[in-house]
Amino acid sequence: MAPILGIWASGAQPAAVATSFESIATVSVGSGGSSSITFSSIPATYSHLQVRALIRMAKSSEDYLTTTFNSGTAVTARHRLTGDGSTASAAGGSGTGQDFSPYPNASHTASIFGILILDILDYSNTNKYKTYRMLNGNDRNGAGRIDLQSTTASTTSALSSIAFSSYYGDGFAQYSHFALYGIKGAA
Amino acid sequence: MTATYDCIATTTLGSATATVTFSSISGSYTDLVLVINAGMSSTSFSWYAYLNSDTGSNYSATGLIGNGSTASSSRLSNTNNGIVIGGWNGYTTTIKTAIVQLMNYSNSTTYKTVLSRYSESDGTVEATVALWRNTAAITTIQVRTNSSPNFASGSTFTLYGIKSE
Repeated sequence: MAPILGIWASGAQPAAVATSFESIATVSVGSGGSSSITFSSIPATYSHLQVRALIRMAKSSEDYLTTTFNSGTAVTARHRLTGDGSTASAAGGSGTGQDFSPYPNASHTASIFGILILDILDYSNTNKYKTYRMLNGNDRNGAGRIDLQSTTASTTSALSSIAFSSYYGDGFAQYSHFALYGIKGAA
Repeated sequence: MTATYDCIATTTLGSATATVTFSSISGSYTDLVLVINAGMSSTSFSWYAYLNSDTGSNYSATGLIGNGSTASSSRLSNTNNGIVIGGWNGYTTTIKTAIVQLMNYSNSTTYKTVLSRYSESDGTVEATVALWRNTAAITTIQVRTNSSPNFASGSTFTLYGIKSE
């Protein structure tokens, strides 16, 4: 066994080093839940964005995360690879919203949440369609799924807002947590 | 805006070691990211991690595995091996990598859900979601296997913290 922090705690901890990964904004859902989460006025000063979220749906049956960028008019094309514990499958589609996988809901054990990590590359570039990828999943001890997904939104507009909502409109349960980060490029 | 993604601790093994433990983890971050680049002393089964030294049957996982010719999915329920990091179908002795995301690790309200990406060039590429059915803040992570092989000398283990504002 190699107890690492115990050693570092003896006085050999590394000095803090500034990184290119910055916290932009965070929303924690309070009691009563929230119908949607919006990050607006996103500065264009980063190269890439990352959303890291802990998610539980308020609905008492299956519900999905939906994401809208800017006005939400861009047509998106997406492909997904899924594992459900017994079978691996792939699917694709398109539309003007972005429907992700189902997350734990009010019918499931109260303490179980799903996770989303969403990377949006070159989000402020006005010459490219926007490409993003996600890794998300939830395990419920005998149920659950894991997904890898890639999506292209057919817009060259800089991305300045991201809104998360639930497909059926019931929103998110208390303790859901959405954090937006920016990753800088070379100065 | 606040810079984050701090290196909390890192180690490079000077000799073959069975387990690597990060202890006394501060609760001052939002998420933890564990990055592993390691070889093994022999072929065997999966990489796991015990959280807070819990060796009970309080872990479960769902995995997505590609082996170069087929994709598959597997599940473990009520396992006492710890959270699955990777190596669902066994691993080889070559260097393999894993990036493990421990989200909202310090809250005392939710069960802890962990995402992992694992790969080895001559084995599998995997994504895994794992659940630890405990609401306690994570203060200790012990990386291990479910068999006897050691992590090889030169293997690296680095723990990062990400803090949202």
